[in-house]
Amino acid sequence: MSRKRHKTGIKAWLKPYGYSLERWSYFFQRVSGVVLLLYFIGHVIETGTITGGFEVWLNTLNFTQNPFGHAILLIVILSGTFHAINGIRLYLTHQGYLLGKPERPEYPYYPKSFSRAQRVCFWLSVSIALVFFLYGFNILFGE
Amino acid sequence: MVERKIMLLHYYTGIAIIALVSIHIAMRLIMPFSESLEFSNVLNNYKNLPYTISLELLLITVAIHGFNGVRIILLEFKQGKAWESFVKFLTLILILIVVAWGTRTIVLTNLM
Amino acid sequence: MEKEEKVRIKVLRFNPSKERKASYESYELPYIKGFTILDSLLYIKENLDHSLAIRYSCRMAICGSCGMLINGLPRLACYTQLSDVKRKEIVLEPLPNFPIIRDLVSDFEGFFEHHKSLKPYLIRKGEEDIDENKREYIQHIEDLEKYLQFSVCIKCGLCYASCPVASTDELFPGPQALSQAYRYIADNRDNGLEERLKLIDNPHGIWRCHFAGSCSKVCPKGVDPALGIQLLRRYLMSLRKPKKKLAEVYRRAY
Ligand code: SF4
Ligand code: FES
Repeated sequence: MSRKRHKTGIKAWLKPYGYSLERWSYFFQRVSGVVLLLYFIGHVIETGTITGGFEVWLNTLNFTQNPFGHAILLIVILSGTFHAINGIRLYLTHQGYLLGKPERPEYPYYPKSFSRAQRVCFWLSVSIALVFFLYGFNILFGE
Repeated sequence: MVERKIMLLHYYTGIAIIALVSIHIAMRLIMPFSESLEFSNVLNNYKNLPYTISLELLLITVAIHGFNGVRIILLEFKQGKAWESFVKFLTLILILIVVAWGTRTIVLTNLM
Repeated sequence: MEKEEKVRIKVLRFNPSKERKASYESYELPYIKGFTILDSLLYIKENLDHSLAIRYSCRMAICGSCGMLINGLPRLACYTQLSDVKRKEIVLEPLPNFPIIRDLVSDFEGFFEHHKSLKPYLIRKGEEDIDENKREYIQHIEDLEKYLQFSVCIKCGLCYASCPVASTDELFPGPQALSQAYRYIADNRDNGLEERLKLIDNPHGIWRCHFAGSCSKVCPKGVDPALGIQLLRRYLMSLRKPKKKLAEVYRRAY
């Protein structure tokens, strides 16, 4: 009897809807992590140009300090804050905190790990990220 | 047990980064924002030894945390002996390159 | 008499030994109150199309053999009423992350291999009563409750089908196997930590869980595998030498 391989593959990473809030957290944690890493590499290259002297640095500033550069910075602020606060939440949940302890399952089953405490932390990370985003928006695009 | 140590490192660098990034951003906010990127101010930042040390630490921790994240994604993406040693190699090389480049900036600015 | 209500059920048909590509086939049947998806499939098999392949046994969420994708979500066919699926057309597909044998029947071999590899049984060491079998292993009720929830797993594989890591990583044991590992490691009668540790703590082991929680969302028995995995990981993160048994570590925490 032959069988057909049937893995969902990378589609499962990119499809956060349909399950629970934790799946969204997983998705955004990953996306924001990649965004931050790309920014980090760019930032190391960008700041490296200062060794070229005054002129080169001015050039770099011209290249980055414009509405487009600021928009990217805002995305980084959003991802960074979310990744950090949600990261703390994940660190705690990965250690079993915030989740409650196992007990006899009673119908209708509701997973203990979807606890109030850790969901509040998730929404906290989203809202703090938004606050920082608005703050950054105010500084970069205000005036 | 190696994986366990790597992942513990991942968690701990993550926590360290939060502290170090706060310092990093605070340094831009303590002076008027528009001046914070001026050539002399940025140079002075690099010459401030305690801050430079925190920058170097930030560089190393972010490189480890970030590229370890990439390693995790790549390991989940594909399996196999050759692929896994390639991923390990790639991660180490990328960490080294980025840390070397950032350190170069710090050293050269201090000589300027 | 009012017009008879109908449901349309769209089933993925595929026979890998004969065909190269899967196709969908739609069936229309009367909506009967109280019918589960499994009942409807049996109705189709009896009245509309005998060639449809399905697998089931208990019809009451005990055997774990009727898992399938119901409108994109892994569920047990016998545990899902037609009225639970509030849609006119119901799409049924075989469980993802399992190889397809035929139609809605998928191959659980690899899944069970993962389960077996983590030694899902009590391992006793250095105990003289092991082969004498003179007395039962006594356990306090509190120690029982630490793992009882995880022992009701029926190995239906829904969690494995929903896990984004298992979707790409063949070597990842999956939520089911890992939560079973927790079930035995958390058992204070068990001494098998060392033997299981190597399989749990490797580049494709427990650390690849990112707490996406989908396993707990789909589990039909309230096992909450995600919780088991996080508790196991907490234990691994706190491991120092000499190794303490998990039951001892948690005695104070709970
Ligand atoms: S943990 Fe739940 S979903 Fe997973 S195999 Fe066991 S009963 Fe099924
Ligand atoms: S038939 Fe046994 S679980 Fe559905």
